[in-house]
Amino acid sequence: MGSNLTIGKAINAGLRRAMETDPKVLVMGEDVGKLGGVFRVTDGLHKDFGADRVIDTPLAESGIIGTAIGLALRGYRPVCEIQFDGFFFPATNQTFTQLAKMRARSGGSVKLPVVLRIPYGGGIGAVEHHSESPEAYFAHTAGLRVVTVANAVDAYWMIQQAITSDDPVVFFEPKRRYYEKADVDTAAAVDSATPMGAARVARPGADATLLAYGPMVKTALQAAEADTDHSIEVVDLRSLSPVDYDTVCASVRRTGRLVIAHEAPLSHGIGAEVAARVTEECFYHLEAPVVRVGGFDTPYPPSRLEEHYLPDLDRVLDGVDRAFAF
Amino acid sequence: MSDTAHEDPELIQLLTPEGELREHPDYPLDLSHEEMRGLYRDLVLVRRIDTEAVALQRVGELGLWASLLGQEAAQVGSGRALRSNDMAFPSYRDHGVAWCRGVDHKALLALYRGVTNGGWDPAEHGFHLYTIVIGTQALHATGYAMGIQRDGAVGEDGSAVITYFGDGATSQGDTNEAFNYAAVNNAPVVFFCQNNQWAISEPLERQSRVPIYRRAAGFGFPGVRLDGNDVFASLAVTRSALQHAREGQGPTLIEAFTYRMGAHTTNDDPTRYRVSAELEEWRLKDPIARLHAFLTREGIADEAFLKGVEAEAEELGESVRRDCRELPEPDPLDIFHEVYAEPHVHIDRQRAEFADYLASFEDAGAEGGR
Ligand SMILES: Cc1ncc(C[n+]2csc(CCOP(=O)(O)OP(=O)(O)O)c2C)c(N)n1
Repeated sequence: MGSNLTIGKAINAGLRRAMETDPKVLVMGEDVGKLGGVFRVTDGLHKDFGADRVIDTPLAESGIIGTAIGLALRGYRPVCEIQFDGFFFPATNQTFTQLAKMRARSGGSVKLPVVLRIPYGGGIGAVEHHSESPEAYFAHTAGLRVVTVANAVDAYWMIQQAITSDDPVVFFEPKRRYYEKADVDTAAAVDSATPMGAARVARPGADATLLAYGPMVKTALQAAEADTDHSIEVVDLRSLSPVDYDTVCASVRRTGRLVIAHEAPLSHGIGAEVAARVTEECFYHLEAPVVRVGGFDTPYPPSRLEEHYLPDLDRVLDGVDRAFAF
Repeated sequence: MSDTAHEDPELIQLLTPEGELREHPDYPLDLSHEEMRGLYRDLVLVRRIDTEAVALQRVGELGLWASLLGQEAAQVGSGRALRSNDMAFPSYRDHGVAWCRGVDHKALLALYRGVTNGGWDPAEHGFHLYTIVIGTQALHATGYAMGIQRDGAVGEDGSAVITYFGDGATSQGDTNEAFNYAAVNNAPVVFFCQNNQWAISEPLERQSRVPIYRRAAGFGFPGVRLDGNDVFASLAVTRSALQHAREGQGPTLIEAFTYRMGAHTTNDDPTRYRVSAELEEWRLKDPIARLHAFLTREGIADEAFLKGVEAEAEELGESVRRDCRELPEPDPLDIFHEVYAEPHVHIDRQRAEFADYLASFEDAGAEGGR
């Protein structure tokens, strides 16, 4: 059964299917009940599954993740919604010192199947703390899996894969792409989908690899389309921790050039990590140094400046030009 | 929980919804007629700024606005209780307090238009920057108050601190930590909670099972509840709590029992989670209508005064609209402005590269485009 769904609706459908399949799956967070979340991603779940499974929590993020840990220890699979990227930070302690490490500390005797859903990234004209890209903090923390989606098909499948994973998974949702649509085969079997840890060649090409994830995948595809002088391969990273280096390096070996684009501040980011590893593994295949295009090392600016902060089509093409100019 | 405020014996109310004055033994109201008229003017003008801002958001001139509709009395009353050497740490909806602290409406508009993330000099106004991340400012206020203690700036003419937050914020760890730090340090800080009954879609019952003001007892300091739609009660109670603080007697938690008449912000749709009957009930407690009734009945405000305020509101409304549209666009290189106090190589390099990049478009433009 094919449905034309937005990314937001696809996550909603994925949550619904996971809740129907497993009565231990819970949804929790601020305003996730009657309101259906500020982006309506949990719309209708409260009505159909009740307040015991769709929990409107007090306004306290440390509380959300701390109690999710306890629920997971008791056999539940909580899916926590953090309302916006910038509001995750009150929960850093619970996430980084507890959620991420408890399995290793117990020698594997406890498992923590907790999902943190975080709408992230800019481009929606919001006030401060509503537009950040904090993914590197999470990827830097051992014990967490970190994924992000770029289209409705992945959104539908990956949220279910995140929920069935026995590890804590941080699921980043590209908020400015919530309304992008695609056909999703919602009736297919779960194991038919691409595993959530795998990167995906979103557009094949021969001259350079343009790597992006989440909200930047669409921009990368537009850039590849716009560059009529070269054949650009676009790789959608999908999993930020662990990174699927097999797919990434295979692409770089084919094309000989790598440009990485993300919204997050450039320094110490995911791009830096991928660039370093690709340089180690594919040094003799590279025709040019790895080029990174990213946000600046500044606080996310007020919304009237975000078009300058966010790497747009021109900035990505400029990065591609640099890779070819070497 | 009952929201019929005037049936609550613990609720401090000096001006009833019908506009009648009530005496309270602990909170004498010694206001001149001039001051009472001043409060009325504040309420009307603050509401006007708010109404215009909501309209400006609707036509796309502002990115967002958090309306204070219904909460004017809580903010103006407490704001007018502050002295110039006091310091306030607000949330993001406290436009009425900003007004009392002399922060120009242009600065508020600039923030919500997306021109700046700050907007004013906190020290100049005794009014800190708005805070978006819920509850964080309560700790800043407490720390600032601890600084006042260390400076010896206490006593009759000393300084006190006030911090504003909502009912939802009382669930945050930071807020509860602030209560405890303030208590154990006996810090000169007043916690002013505007309980407007909702935290976006979540009603008070999802945040607290006890009335908010009673939480203070557990931390070891007094808590009081006042009618948040009564500007006199807000002024008198806050004045007393600030004096208590500045004289070295420690913190107070004030719960202003009020109601958010509008949406949470211009992004929110309250019809999804609340019933209109509630709104109707609170409309009868309107802070401006009750002061209007009192002032006219007592002959404190005559037709000329009311007309004057009306005219002033019209004029202010016009300048709000004009000022908003005339706000200059920020320079792209502002992104790098004042991120650090001292030179930072990443920033310096990125600023230079970005300036070159921007210039390349101008050159390309001169040559006829990319
Ligand atoms: C730490 C944090 N979590 C979530 C949010 C999103 N958010 C913004 S306002 C709000 C509700 C606040 O309610 P309350 O404290 O009662 O204040 P009110 O807006 O009613 O004045 C929420 C959940 C936030 N700003 N900060």
